[in-house]
Amino acid sequence: MTPTVQAQIEKKLYLNRYRVDAGRPHIRIKDADVCASRCEAQQCVVCCPAGCWSSESGRVSLITDGCLECGTCRIICDQFNNVDWDYPRGGFGILYKFG
Amino acid sequence: MSEKFDVIVVGAGPAGNAAAYTLARAGLSVLQIERGEYPGSKNVQGAILYADALERLIPDFRESAPLERHIVEQRMWVLDEESYIGGHYRSAEFARPPHNRYTIVRARFDKWFSDQVQKAGALLLCETTVKALLRDAQGKVIGVEVERDEGRIYADAVVLADGANSLVATRAGLREDIRAEHAALAVKEVIFLPREAIDARFNLTGQEGAVIEMVGGITHRMLGTGFLYTNKDSISIGIGCMLSDLKRQRLSPVELLEGMKAHPAIAPLIAGGEPREYAAHLIPEGGYDALPQLYGDGWMLVGDSAGFVNAMHREGSNLAMTTGQLAAETLIELFRDKQPATAANLARYRSRLDASFVMKDLKKYRRLPGTLERHRQFLADYPALLNQAAHTMIRVDGVDKRRKEKEILDAFRERRSLLGLLGDAFRLWRATR
Repeated sequence: MTPTVQAQIEKKLYLNRYRVDAGRPHIRIKDADVCASRCEAQQCVVCCPAGCWSSESGRVSLITDGCLECGTCRIICDQFNNVDWDYPRGGFGILYKFG
Repeated sequence: MSEKFDVIVVGAGPAGNAAAYTLARAGLSVLQIERGEYPGSKNVQGAILYADALERLIPDFRESAPLERHIVEQRMWVLDEESYIGGHYRSAEFARPPHNRYTIVRARFDKWFSDQVQKAGALLLCETTVKALLRDAQGKVIGVEVERDEGRIYADAVVLADGANSLVATRAGLREDIRAEHAALAVKEVIFLPREAIDARFNLTGQEGAVIEMVGGITHRMLGTGFLYTNKDSISIGIGCMLSDLKRQRLSPVELLEGMKAHPAIAPLIAGGEPREYAAHLIPEGGYDALPQLYGDGWMLVGDSAGFVNAMHREGSNLAMTTGQLAAETLIELFRDKQPATAANLARYRSRLDASFVMKDLKKYRRLPGTLERHRQFLADYPALLNQAAHTMIRVDGVDKRRKEKEILDAFRERRSLLGLLGDAFRLWRATR
């Protein structure tokens, strides 16, 4: 992803309210080696509207703090099904003021 | 907690609220479980409220519901890179009460709706995520497990209104997971502007509102639409595309949104505004053929969790409310007759759905998602051709009109061929009849 897109996303996320469940990410990569060695598309990195996913020299990493809980990464990882996706614990995560 | 209720409703969006409200009003004991801090905190919509569905539940909703503007003008735009061609429908009749459609801000509206549900007698449990369904030895759903200590809660029936991802139903094996080609990802911003600026830019007075629905170049040949809705002192602007397309095209949803906002026909409408929130949500747009099994022993699916969305007409929240109400009415009838919520008895929910506009509309457009998916020309070629045609015809440059007509026809024929044009007309007719 180009830095400008990432910067645009960060500016947008800054507008939102979150109650982050520190140390308890609600989404996990099941097997990081699958992303690195078998998945060529790495579409999670491009399609996540919150820019939670990034890729550096082929290794995909995930930071869920800005997650909008849409489910995109869960559904588009349909070739390897490598996303362990849950909602945050009750009350945590995004708190929409307008929705 | 190890309590027993008549019905548990999972989720406090339009479908869950409609179901819980209807059930509680009939005197049933209802527990509604919501994962957000407050109802609405996880919910996202454009958002247009279609009055009819809510009116059937709460006839005097206009007296207390937080409504933004009633819509007097609907615009349909087909965009090319620098232009749009479209139709506007505005009527003074829409300005006279009772109004047919409103813009709303979901976080506020859902809170209000939930207040009505609680006043009707339902018990609401927020900040609680349902982990799993409880079943008896025969497999009948008999309650839910929540992420609290001793978090088993029992009920005679569970209504699942847990939204587009429907994790609860999927994990319980009640339905297949939604597929990328059946899910649209919509991203949206709420941009604040002074009320007077919105009035002036859209030719509105008082509580009047305008909406613009958009297709064409802004989606970069992907299956999708854009929207712009006027709230009281803000504008909701967003764009949605099918996940399968986003994956293929490798486009960031933020790029789409920013591209749309920069379009020369849209930029002036939001100029100087202050974005205050950025949201994303999935819309289940698979239509009739993607509907899962809608009920079974002790459970029912309503709203987005079942995929009740009419993508063609941009309707979803009304289908959510109506299906929530129909599910509730089915259960009320069973409780009244002291009948158990077995799959056989809950088949009446399906009959009610079939008799309503919900299934009739979904059936009418059942071929549409597939047609648009297979025949990209509708979203890729025609918007550009229509805009070029308008440009050619409207521009005065000394070329005679007959030659202009020929230029336009040639452009259509070159892009789609005569047979292609006829085929497209037939496909569109068949997909929407």
